[in-house]
Amino acid sequence: MRVPVDWLREYVAVPADATGVQIAADLVKVGLEEEGLHTSGVTGPLVVGRVLTKEPEPQKNGKTINWCSLDVGDANGTGEPQWVVCGAHNFEPGDLVVVILPGGSVSTPQGPMVVTARKTYGHISSGMITSERELGIGEDHSGIIVLSRFFADRPEVLTGLAPGQDAIPLLGLDRETVEVNVTPDRGYCFSIRGIAREYSHATGAAYTDPVLALADRAPAANEQGYAVQLADDAPIRGREGCDRYVARIVRGVDVHAPSPAWMKARLTEAGMRPISLPVDVTNYVMLGLGQPLHAFDLAKLVGPIVVRRARPGERMTTLDDVDRALDPSDLLITDSESQRALAIAGVMGGADTEISDTTTDVLIEAAHFDPVSIARSARRHKLPSEASRRFERGVDPQLAAAAAQLAVELLVEHGGGVVDDGVTDVGSPVPAPDIDLDLSLPSRLVGVDYPSERVVEILREIGCGVEVSGEHARVTPPSWRPDLRTEPDLAEEVARIDGYEKIPSVVPTVAVGNGLTHDQRMRRLVANLLAAQGFSEVWNAPFVGDDRHVALGYDAAAARARTVRIANPLSDEAPLMRISILSTLVDSLRRNISRGFKDVALFEQGLVLALEGKQTAAPTEDVGVRPSPQTMAAIHAAVPPQPRHLGFVLAGEIDRSGVWGAGRPADVADAIATALGITEALGLTARTVADDAMPFHPGRCARVELADGTVVGHVGELHPKVLTALGLPARVVAGELDLDALSAASGRPAQAVTLSTFPVATTDVALVVNESVKAADIEAALRTGAGEMLESVRLFDIYRGDQTGAGKKSLAYRLSFRAPDRTLTTEEVSGIRDQAVAAAGQAVGAVQR
Amino acid sequence: MSGPNTNYDPVEVAALAPEAVETARDAALAAIAAAASLEDLKAVRSAHLGDKSPLALANREIGALPPSAKAAAGKLVGQAKGVVNQAVAARQSELETERDERILIEEAVDVTLPAARRPLGRRHPIELMSERIADMFVGMGWEIAEGPEVEAEWFNFDALNFDADHPARQMQDTFYVEPPDGGLVLRTHTSPVQARSLLERGVPIAIACIGRVFRTDELDATHMPAFHQVEGLCVDEGITMAHLKGTLDTLASHLFGDGITTRLRPSFFPFTEPSAEMDLRCFACRGEDPNCRACKGTGWIEWGGCGMVNRNVLSACGIDPDRYSGFAFGMGIDRALMFRTGVSDMRDMIEGDVRFDAQFGMEI
Repeated sequence: MRVPVDWLREYVAVPADATGVQIAADLVKVGLEEEGLHTSGVTGPLVVGRVLTKEPEPQKNGKTINWCSLDVGDANGTGEPQWVVCGAHNFEPGDLVVVILPGGSVSTPQGPMVVTARKTYGHISSGMITSERELGIGEDHSGIIVLSRFFADRPEVLTGLAPGQDAIPLLGLDRETVEVNVTPDRGYCFSIRGIAREYSHATGAAYTDPVLALADRAPAANEQGYAVQLADDAPIRGREGCDRYVARIVRGVDVHAPSPAWMKARLTEAGMRPISLPVDVTNYVMLGLGQPLHAFDLAKLVGPIVVRRARPGERMTTLDDVDRALDPSDLLITDSESQRALAIAGVMGGADTEISDTTTDVLIEAAHFDPVSIARSARRHKLPSEASRRFERGVDPQLAAAAAQLAVELLVEHGGGVVDDGVTDVGSPVPAPDIDLDLSLPSRLVGVDYPSERVVEILREIGCGVEVSGEHARVTPPSWRPDLRTEPDLAEEVARIDGYEKIPSVVPTVAVGNGLTHDQRMRRLVANLLAAQGFSEVWNAPFVGDDRHVALGYDAAAARARTVRIANPLSDEAPLMRISILSTLVDSLRRNISRGFKDVALFEQGLVLALEGKQTAAPTEDVGVRPSPQTMAAIHAAVPPQPRHLGFVLAGEIDRSGVWGAGRPADVADAIATALGITEALGLTARTVADDAMPFHPGRCARVELADGTVVGHVGELHPKVLTALGLPARVVAGELDLDALSAASGRPAQAVTLSTFPVATTDVALVVNESVKAADIEAALRTGAGEMLESVRLFDIYRGDQTGAGKKSLAYRLSFRAPDRTLTTEEVSGIRDQAVAAAGQAVGAVQR
Repeated sequence: MSGPNTNYDPVEVAALAPEAVETARDAALAAIAAAASLEDLKAVRSAHLGDKSPLALANREIGALPPSAKAAAGKLVGQAKGVVNQAVAARQSELETERDERILIEEAVDVTLPAARRPLGRRHPIELMSERIADMFVGMGWEIAEGPEVEAEWFNFDALNFDADHPARQMQDTFYVEPPDGGLVLRTHTSPVQARSLLERGVPIAIACIGRVFRTDELDATHMPAFHQVEGLCVDEGITMAHLKGTLDTLASHLFGDGITTRLRPSFFPFTEPSAEMDLRCFACRGEDPNCRACKGTGWIEWGGCGMVNRNVLSACGIDPDRYSGFAFGMGIDRALMFRTGVSDMRDMIEGDVRFDAQFGMEI
């Protein structure tokens, strides 16, 4: 909401020296946050000048410029004439004009433009004679401002003008407009009336409600008023769509009469474009008082006006020339000409009855509409308007007659015409119920000791009626505060007016908690572990498209079934929630590579979608109502599973080349080590098992299994097709682990065994096996065969060559043995080794070399 | 113990004169002192203490002497040998020390050479901030709660007193999940965890929820479609707005230092009444530059919304609002990071460029 300070001063006694900055600071205290401060952007010296001479000089480019001398009094410091080049021709010697002298500046879309003395067209031009548009006070750029014409309707201003006079206050360029953010509960603050009231609350400045005098002047409704019927046969939530309709008529209005300059200035400052007198008047009253109005061309109306819901299939063309299909819950203003729709109530008028060049008689509508009905229509038709914005947030239902009065007065004053005696005022808004307030509640809720008298005083200050009885009060909220419905609403008012800055700062004492959960600690451990190993942590917005699933080699239909689609995605390319971290992590990898980093290790932890079965609908419920257990269960069931995953990628060298020698590119073993490092850090026993899952290379992919067979993720080298599709370099390795599964499996303390201090005995064995035999199977057999004296098995060499034969490989293991209670003898060690080798022979056909 | 003196040839034996022994000893000592290296010393030892050295020869002659002379001669030669042996050992030790020192000098390396064969990775500063915030709340006795990102509208809106037709529901710029009447959204704030926690844990309760939330904002320098919030909820008997202020002031001091200035400003949220915004004194201009870009000249930076939990929220979660009161807040973590570390472009936070994380240590 833009608040022209000059307008604000009309309703509340703003101190003469208060600046826009101070006013904004005062309004913040009562909850109107500063959004900005708007000024003309013009800085002086900007002075009145009298044209002394004007020499036209034709130029080669066909233009004629004027070489002018001006009397600017002493404003230029010398009293000598000021010489200026001017391209405009709409003035003559003797005219008073507005000159910006060197050092002054005007605002342009590109920023401030400072005027300097500069050489142009063969002269030194020391200033600029300005147009309305250059000063931002009008659209006119056909010529410069000639003050005798500019102030034609204000002869009293013209008589006092003198060369050298400061033109900034003269033209209102020192005016300021404060812009504040109005929260959705404060509809009344979408008016200068409301802001002025709040300014008064913030500062104590005297406030006069402009509505009081207008209401006094407004005539009572009578039989001669234009016929209006309120005929809502389908109220929404039991509330009449229109509970008050005031109509006033002015006949013989000159719709071509210009709006007064002050009104145009205020409208412009408030952010609305002046259009024509009738439109400007309705906008002015809306901005000033908060009551949206509609002006109809009376000649085009066929009474009576009927306010009703739309009929199935009904259509209308709105002011923006769009033919709209109406919904049966749209509230309409209609007339009796084929029962046509004149307006979507409170949202937008229709083309049929709008004010036109030929209009002479105007009907002003000032009505009160149900916020919910207006909100739905505005949303449905995507027509957020100044009117709907106010109705949605609640317009003062007692305002209509006063607002219509101001409108007819302004129309008559500036457009001539005569007000009809007939006054329509139908409907009777139901007042908001009184609130029974426990006077101690504000203190109990806010933590400041507010004596009962202070509570009552504040509530009366904001316009409430208060009847105290003992510790309670019956509070009648003012008509403009439909947001005051409960005791805490009143407590907020007390705290707000008394000042939030008076609330003390007290740290609450709460019961002892249990610290972080295992899950939370585990995630930190995993992240720190990876960071210590060279991975950088990143995060991505979780949005992907089908094309990403295809690029990753996922079955598109299966992937789609596993996730949900955003109805209003930012990009139509990425409307799906991700089902794996890798599907978005590759974006970070690509970005790093494209920025010149070849050797990259990244990880991300986050939620992924894991919908199983059909997506169900989540029921909703009215506010303040605890859903039934069945509804609650349906709500929970509809929220799709979203496990937390870890994804990591490695591209380029994991060990960097450098002065120490060549580096080593990351390979699938690094991905495996990363995954198994995590399980090891969590105290879990895990193994990798050959697998073939996208997006991985079918021969270089493993699933990670816990001892009980639970699969906690996959690691591997990315499939060459995936790398090509994503534009990634060759041999990128990656992994994705289910952190929820790891969390569930871990967290129980391991049980310690006593450490043996007897000597270790080691022996090496080389086993020849078929190429297809997996190392893990050999090791498992060796462990089984060796039994409990085996302390460790380490594979330290793999050999393929003449001595092993074709299709065979030789694996060399170092076996370490240790007994808990004695030193093992050579014979014992040999015996155990032979058992281990025999077991490997039996399990995988291993032969000792 | 020497063996039989088989090489003994009395004819060749000169008289075992004390002068000769002294000469041999002095020659040995001179040679030892002159030995410049361990190799030299080895040769000196062989020449002066070896089998064919004058002292060794003299020693052999002792056997041929008459018994009365043996003792004196033995003493003479033995002393000479002892002195020479000591001198060798001392010189040996000297030369070894010199050699060791020289080796250490020769082995010196350039400690300014690049050293990171495998450079350290990094945590994302948003995560580090989140952990820091969580730790502060845990230290105050609170617990850390969590919830899903694809959330039921009931939790995100209805339970929080966002009436379906209230304009506040539109101010959230919500991502809706297909089908639009399916009742699912991407959570627009961490506040649904309030309702989840109240239902699961009951009261009294003090929980913080740190997580990612979503709004339909295009990515630019000051907006992200996904960002991070810390939600707080504290409900018990006798909880007031003063407790809210105390908690947020504690958090602000913890994150931004004791000198931070905060203010509570009246505001509106459907799920709190009374409601407030907490603002921080502008970190860029401290409220002194009317043209400041960071605060748009207002001197304050909006940090997040808060207030006393609306009675309707408590009722929807089965808590008696006449007995219990509580406060809730939702503060921006991304903004807090910008504030704490001077990050000026939000895109840097989400793009995953390794240089971004690398600016920070593993503690923030």
